[in-house]
Amino acid sequence: MERLLPILVAWPLACGFLVVALAQVRGLHRLTGLISGLGLAGGLGMAVELCRRVYELHAAGGQASFSFGLWSPAQAQLYADGLSSLLLLIINFVGLAILIYSVAYMRRYTSTWLFQSLFLVMVAAMNGLVLAGDLFTLYIFIETAALASYALVAFGCEAEELEASFRYLVMGVIASTFILVGVALMYSLTGQLNMIQIATVLARGKLASSPALLLAAGCLLAGLAIKAAMVPFHAWLSDAHPSAPAPISAMMSGVLIKTGGVYAIARIVFSVLGANASYAQVLMAMGGVSMVVGALLSLGQWDIKRMLAYSSISQMGYVMLALGAGAYALSSGAGRDIALLCLVGAFFHLFNHAAFKSLLFLASGSIEYATGTRRLDQLGGLAQRMPVTGFCCRIGALSIAGIPPFNGFFSKLVIVIALVLAGLPALAVLAVAVAVLTLLIAVKLQRYALDGQSSLQAQQARESPWPMGVGMVVLALVCIGGGLAFFPLRQYLFDPAGQALLQAPLSQAAGALP
Amino acid sequence: MGIAIYMMAFGLLLVGLYALVAKKNVVRIIIGIAILDYGINLLLVLMGYRHGGSAPILGKGETTAQLAARSVDPLPQVMVLTNIVVELAMVVVVVALAIRIYDRYGTFDMNDIRRLRG
Repeated sequence: MERLLPILVAWPLACGFLVVALAQVRGLHRLTGLISGLGLAGGLGMAVELCRRVYELHAAGGQASFSFGLWSPAQAQLYADGLSSLLLLIINFVGLAILIYSVAYMRRYTSTWLFQSLFLVMVAAMNGLVLAGDLFTLYIFIETAALASYALVAFGCEAEELEASFRYLVMGVIASTFILVGVALMYSLTGQLNMIQIATVLARGKLASSPALLLAAGCLLAGLAIKAAMVPFHAWLSDAHPSAPAPISAMMSGVLIKTGGVYAIARIVFSVLGANASYAQVLMAMGGVSMVVGALLSLGQWDIKRMLAYSSISQMGYVMLALGAGAYALSSGAGRDIALLCLVGAFFHLFNHAAFKSLLFLASGSIEYATGTRRLDQLGGLAQRMPVTGFCCRIGALSIAGIPPFNGFFSKLVIVIALVLAGLPALAVLAVAVAVLTLLIAVKLQRYALDGQSSLQAQQARESPWPMGVGMVVLALVCIGGGLAFFPLRQYLFDPAGQALLQAPLSQAAGALP
Repeated sequence: MGIAIYMMAFGLLLVGLYALVAKKNVVRIIIGIAILDYGINLLLVLMGYRHGGSAPILGKGETTAQLAARSVDPLPQVMVLTNIVVELAMVVVVVALAIRIYDRYGTFDMNDIRRLRG
């Protein structure tokens, strides 16, 4: 099983290079789409298998993790547990749906093979990112995923796209510098790069009062918060995500900010630094502020994709808030069960957000494909003209708004309940209030895009080609099924993921740090 | 003496950060990115240095324990090498972007490259 971990990174990467090679050969260049599909389908198969094995180990009550080290298992470069396998499942599943969609969407661009190979490199880097077992590997994969995404944001080579990509790249360089300074300081403090080894050294408590440890943790968290677009580091996201082609917007908002930002923060805070009260407060403050500011900014937008991008900040705020509440529950002695509930809520919302935000970005791409505009005030009445897109967009909007049978409602409910149980009723009220704001955003999207009078552009609209429909319907089914299947999903995916963070060596020593 | 060279590494980082945040010329920003990279590489090498340490090259008939006793820490040097490759890719991407930006906008001034609504 350990041998699967490097293959999970190598397989999409190899497919990406094969796509580049095939595209140069006359007659074989038609196969590039198939090869990239194989790359993602293989990744998805391996992710499912990994989830199954992790669940079996988890159900047996053992240490549910696999590690792969080139030289010794103690210095594992790749490490998989419940959380990694959950993220792998999300990355490869959403990636496959988006790839099917892009078969039709990318026809209006030349050199789609470049898109496919960059997409595969990005997926491979994200697979590596969630499997990384030491801090430097984590950094390298964050950089690789970011590099692919810079190129993909600028893929259309229009003026706005180039500008957005450049601004995004400058912010990305600042973020990665902070991360690497953090890694370097952490190495010089502990003499280790492996996350478990660092946690073991830190748990001895000798460094507890060291200001250098705070500096290292601050650098790491600041860099990752830029990657996760948490307020006040959010400014780049609203330019970068809307400017990219729709499949890439969906991949970045749906998956990239979760793996490069939220996952890495969760991993470092819980598994490396140890969840104590001060980190919990940082996470809760960032999450709470992002939640409110993102929703308010989103409400004022008239560009569909910009509106969705701002709402990603707000929804990631929910996840961060729930993670912070989990750390708070651990450090305040509220009990591991409540902490586990907070983490389950966080991961459930992360899973759901990957489904509905990707779906909404794909639907916005489909609307743009049919009408040529993204301005809400120039659309209208699309529900009749584009039944599949309209239906999927409505499901996505209802999910993000938190209407009961859909998945967004259940994850927000779990988060609110977990916040109350963790002894944070004020934040629970805030979460409910932001849910109402999100409902307004969803109503605005439906009112102006799907219902009402058709504008001139909207009257010309015809339904998009079927591959785009397939991509959207697959994600819409997850939105419908995700809410109803909460308990089996919790048992098979979210409990192992939450336990993976709680079982971390340091969480027992919580509170030992300043 | 020991602290001064660390200060220099952090100074380089601050210079690079200043160029990224305050400069408005695309080329200057790219130079800022490069300076940031040099600063971080210097910091990484310093993390592995120790007084009187020699280069970590395994001599003939020398065991790894003997090597570890006399040499500086090789791991940060490996990290620097890897990081240089990543930064090369980064600089290539940003220069390609800058050329395309110049094609579209006809200027390197970020004040004029401003078509996105904030």
